[in-house]
This record gives sequence, structure tokens and C-alpha cells, in this order.
Amino acid sequence: MISTAVSLAVPGLVDAVSDAACEGGRLFGTDMLCYAFMQRAFLVGLFIGLVGPLIGTFLVHREMALIGDSLSHTAFAGVAIGLFFAAVTGWTGSPLLVATVVTVIAALLIQYLAEQAGEYGDVAMAIILTGAFALGTVLISISGGISVSIASYLFGNIVTVTEQSVTLLGGLTALVLVVLALTHKQLLFVTFDEEAARVARFNVSLYNRMLVVLTALVVVAALQILGVILVAGMLVIPVAAGAKVASSFRTSLVLAVAAGEISVVVGLVLSYQYNLATGGTIILVAVAVYSLGTMWGSLTNGRPIL
Amino acid sequence: MTAVIEVEDATFSFGDVPAVENVSLTVEEGDFVGIVGPNGSGKSTLIKLMLGLLEPDQGRVLLYGVPASRFQDGSRLGYVSQYASRVDRRIPVTVREVVEMGRFARAGIFPLRDEDHDAVEEAMQQVRIADLADRKLTHLSGGQRQRVFVARALASKADLLFLDEPAIGVDVESRERFYGLLRELNEQGITIVLIEHDIGVVTSYANLVACINRQLYCHTSPEDFLAGDFLEQAYGTDQEMLRHEHHLDHHHE
Repeated sequence: MISTAVSLAVPGLVDAVSDAACEGGRLFGTDMLCYAFMQRAFLVGLFIGLVGPLIGTFLVHREMALIGDSLSHTAFAGVAIGLFFAAVTGWTGSPLLVATVVTVIAALLIQYLAEQAGEYGDVAMAIILTGAFALGTVLISISGGISVSIASYLFGNIVTVTEQSVTLLGGLTALVLVVLALTHKQLLFVTFDEEAARVARFNVSLYNRMLVVLTALVVVAALQILGVILVAGMLVIPVAAGAKVASSFRTSLVLAVAAGEISVVVGLVLSYQYNLATGGTIILVAVAVYSLGTMWGSLTNGRPIL
Repeated sequence: MTAVIEVEDATFSFGDVPAVENVSLTVEEGDFVGIVGPNGSGKSTLIKLMLGLLEPDQGRVLLYGVPASRFQDGSRLGYVSQYASRVDRRIPVTVREVVEMGRFARAGIFPLRDEDHDAVEEAMQQVRIADLADRKLTHLSGGQRQRVFVARALASKADLLFLDEPAIGVDVESRERFYGLLRELNEQGITIVLIEHDIGVVTSYANLVACINRQLYCHTSPEDFLAGDFLEQAYGTDQEMLRHEHHLDHHHE
């Protein structure tokens, strides 16, 4: 609806940007940006390359890297619930909308369990990860078995990124960016030294809850491009790459985002040119960037580049 | 003199295991209190009660006259944890970025302002780490890291500083200099509560010694502490080891 309103209000702008992207791509000898589906894939990819590593930075340094994995499997259950609901009621909304709600609830549940236990227990995490995935598979079997659209959520498929999901994912990205802009200082403090943050009277559990909810939003945003199984990679690998060569926390954020965006762009181009699985290509590029970072780190004896 | 911390008959248990029993003590403005006691004697629990991180099961703990857990002005409290000198996490923060955290509570959701940056630079100079400002924390020695955490407390303009065995894993020379720094800060009016297993340090720097082994066995001046038989009362069979350390440290001086 919003996207309709926007394209009604500024149809000229959307067309102009789309034409510019097409011409820009041709300068590099490719016409892939002339296809609307590739434009949408690039847009969503750039969103993920930005917010994935930003949120991931806080997760990695809190040793919560695997929460992304748990949440992406929960998002899968959410998609299944959405498709099931659509099949039963004839509802035509995006299953990603349902996935967003389900994943946010799961994130808060994980946080609650972690607070009760005093740690991010891998048992609770494993129960939620597999339990949610199991629910997803059962619901899918009820509503008619694995279809193309299910497979595309599992492994990622850029062709299925609709205009509606670009709008939804753009909105989620903007929300994550705004919240991070306002609270990154507090999140850093809580990440770095939780006890001292409590002493300074920060509401630590509020920030913890906020972090997992933001993670849930990023996971949903990344689902269509990367697929359930590979989403966590975008939260972790660019961050690990950046941390190897960063001279400060600020530069580690910049480098993580750079690594994320390079992985997304190079991955998308390679997967288009050679007809490769998109999510897998992006993550393999990220791993390559990480390896380069590690090599640089050991060659320079941990001396930072930025 | 105004009471900064008032612990009144406080008891706290982890489940069925009592950690602190019927402890009463008062810390006044400008005090330098050394808390001593054997491992597992409730020292850290007592500090957490004072900081309001834990609430007593019985009795009460007041910070500036308010129940500690409801005391809201976090910028007045500095805290250097037991792990400060040995942070082994690989989070790539610089010294300046850590000290800046001391200003976060004041800044809220807004960016740091000029006065915040001034306070950060001033705090780093005060503990003599200004030359390390852009170094990564992971590249510092244990002694340098302690100073960073103290600078963070100073940047927030804390007037009450808690340190929980800050000198673990730090070489003797850096330790001496670090305690000299604490004395300097204390002379400038900052109230200090220090947990320290090294009785030599406590008796030479603190003006009050509190010995605890679940219960409070003494709350007295270093002179009376050394003259009395509090160690025997508080430590029981552990005392040999502690006496030994005490002598060793005087040997170093």
C-alpha cells in the first residue's frame, strides 16, 4: 500500500532511478540492472549489507552470534504460518509480515529464557531453533508440501523479491537504523561491560531486549536473499572480518559494513553472471573477505589498517 | 561528615547459601575503605549490595540516603570490576572509546558534546593515559587497563569509586603506582571502597578496614586492625596464608 502511494506520488523519480541503475550497469558492461527483479535484489541486498553487520557487531562481541541462526529458523516457521494462514483464509498479505511478528516474539522469548538462566544457554537456543523449524515443516506438510516458494525461503531466491517485500524490508531497515542511531552508545556500553552499565543505571534488560528484536527484524529482512540457513552468516562473517583489521570500535563498524556490502554486491553479480545460488555466493564471498582480513591481520601482526 | 553508604543489618543469600549476614557499616564522604576477607567471604556480594545491583533479603542499604537499588544517578558511581585488568574479549575498542562510556549516561540518545570530550581528555590526563588514547585496549598491560577503567569513572564525575580486586594479574610495580593514584584521587575528595585480598595494601592506603567473612568482624582503623586479633576471628584456619602475604608486601615496600 505504501509502495503504491509512493509510486503514485513520485512515479517519475522511481523510473529515473531505475533507468539510471540500468545505464550505470551498462557502463560496467552488464545489463543485469535493467531487470526490475535484479534492481529489487540489489536494493534489498544493500539493506542487508548495511544493517546485518551493524547489528551483528553487538551480537558477535556479546558471544550471541548464534542467535541469528535460531531466529532465522523461527522466521521460517513464521513464513510457514503465513502461507498456511493464507491457504486457509485466502489472505493475500506477504508471509514475511507474519514472519516478522513471529520472529520478534521468539526473540523476546529467547531473551526471557536467557535472563532466567543468566546466560544464552545453547540448550534453550537449540530447542527454539529446531522446535520452530519443526513447526514450519509440519505446517507446510499440512498445507500441501514443499513448494517453490518454500524452497526459496530456505535457500534464498532473488526472483521472489516482490515490490511489496522491498517496501517492507526497506521499512524494517530504516527502523533498525533509526534505533541504532539513537542507542548505539548504550548498546556498546552494555556489550562491553554489562555490570558497569548496570552501575551507571542503564536499563540493561531493556537494551538486551531491544537488541534481539532488532536482530529479528534484520533476519527477516535478509531471509529472501540469503535463505534461512545462511542468514546468520551476514550477521557474523563481515563483523569478524572487520574486527581483525580495525583500530577502534567506530572503524570496526565501518569495515564490517564495507565487508558486508562488498559481499552482497560481488555475490549478486557473480550469481547473476554464472547462474549460481545467490545466498551461497554472497556468503562465500564474505568468507573470502574474512580470509583476506585474517591474512592481513597476521601479516601486519594485528596492526590495524583503518 | 555525611554518610555516603549506610549498610544496616544487611543479609543476602544465594538460594539457601548465605553470602552476607547481619552486616552493618557506614562509609562517609572522603573515606578510603578497604574490605578484606578470604575467598568466598561475601566481599563482592557486599559491594554489589552497596551498588544496588543486589537487594538485601533483610536489613537495608542506603546510597546517599536512598535505598541503593533505587538510587538513580549512575554517573556518581564508578565501578572497576574484578575482571577489569584482564578483559580478554576481542572487541576492538580504543582507550578513548572506553573512557567515553563514562559520559554515555549523561548524553542519553544524543551525541557527545564538547564538554563530554573535554571531560574524557581531562580524565585520561588525570590517570596519565592520555598518550595511550588511540591504542586498542587489548594491546595494553593489565596495569594500564585498570587506569582506563578508573578514567571512565572520573569522566562520569563519579564521587564514589568501587574497586573489586582491581590488581589481580598486575605486576608489583604497577600495583604500587595504581594505589598511589587511588590515594591521590581520595585526597581530591573521591570516596573509595576497595576490595583487596592483600592486607599490606589495605593497611597502608585505607583509613578504614572492614574485615568480612559473611559477618562483619571489624570496621576500624588500620592501626587497630593490625593491633587486634580480627584476622583470627574472621579467617580461622586461613590466617596463616594471609599473614604471610601481609609480611611479603611490607618486604616489597
